[in-house]
Amino acid sequence: MHKVSVFRKEHFNAAHRLHNPSWDDAQNKAVFGKCNNPLYHGHNYELIVQLTGMPDPDTGYVMDMKILSDLIQAEICERFDHRNLNEDCAEFKHINPTAENIAIVIFEILRKKIDPQLDLRIRLYETERNFVEYPA
Amino acid sequence: MVYITRIEHFNAAHKLYNPAWSKEQNDTVFGKCANENWHGHNFELHVTIKGIPDTDTGFVYDAKKLSAIIREYIIEHLDHKNLNLEVDFMKDKLCSIENLVMGIWNRLVQHLPESVKLHKLLLKETPTIYVEYFGP
Repeated sequence: MHKVSVFRKEHFNAAHRLHNPSWDDAQNKAVFGKCNNPLYHGHNYELIVQLTGMPDPDTGYVMDMKILSDLIQAEICERFDHRNLNEDCAEFKHINPTAENIAIVIFEILRKKIDPQLDLRIRLYETERNFVEYPA
Repeated sequence: MVYITRIEHFNAAHKLYNPAWSKEQNDTVFGKCANENWHGHNFELHVTIKGIPDTDTGFVYDAKKLSAIIREYIIEHLDHKNLNLEVDFMKDKLCSIENLVMGIWNRLVQHLPESVKLHKLLLKETPTIYVEYFGP
């Protein structure tokens, strides 16, 4: 038997801006463009959590999808949904909330809560055309 | 009669907040959407015009020209912006998609050629919530 990957999709809607506080305004605008708007903009983020492992011989599950969904809702959506990532979320106090960094933060939160025997990968869509995966 | 639709996108921050109410009443009525620090969405705007196809071009109206008009007069003013604070036609209005779609119609209709009949706007806030407006 081989390992199987299971995927759960969840959503959160959030405001953010891209900004490096150690740069001046001109450099921030030059590098981040419209994404640097000091009044924020936002996205419907689409999160796909991928777990890979052997199906349990008793249940046939790699992981119970209802439990995974509840976990993502409690640990990720509750933290980030309808929030301002820069202003409301301690996780981004000193980290620029790019899609890359958001994916890394999500990975680190979920990694602690999921069976270490299961491989974890995060895919995060910031828009339909821009998405990131971590670990790469 | 043929209907042709052009789809455009904009990513923006907003909140649902009635300044005449207390914070508690806003939280009760609007829930998480009342976050004072904003949240955001990838909005999707469908602009439908109608007409009889031209005998020389086969077009109701050139979709590339329609896109250019939508981008210049609507998208440029909404994309990567804070809809409550930076959009002139949303000042003093509650920033629901109902009000936003009416504001977009009133602005767009001023800049379409006389020969072009605007039939409908569809505005998606998330994959599961959208409004339609057929004009006043």
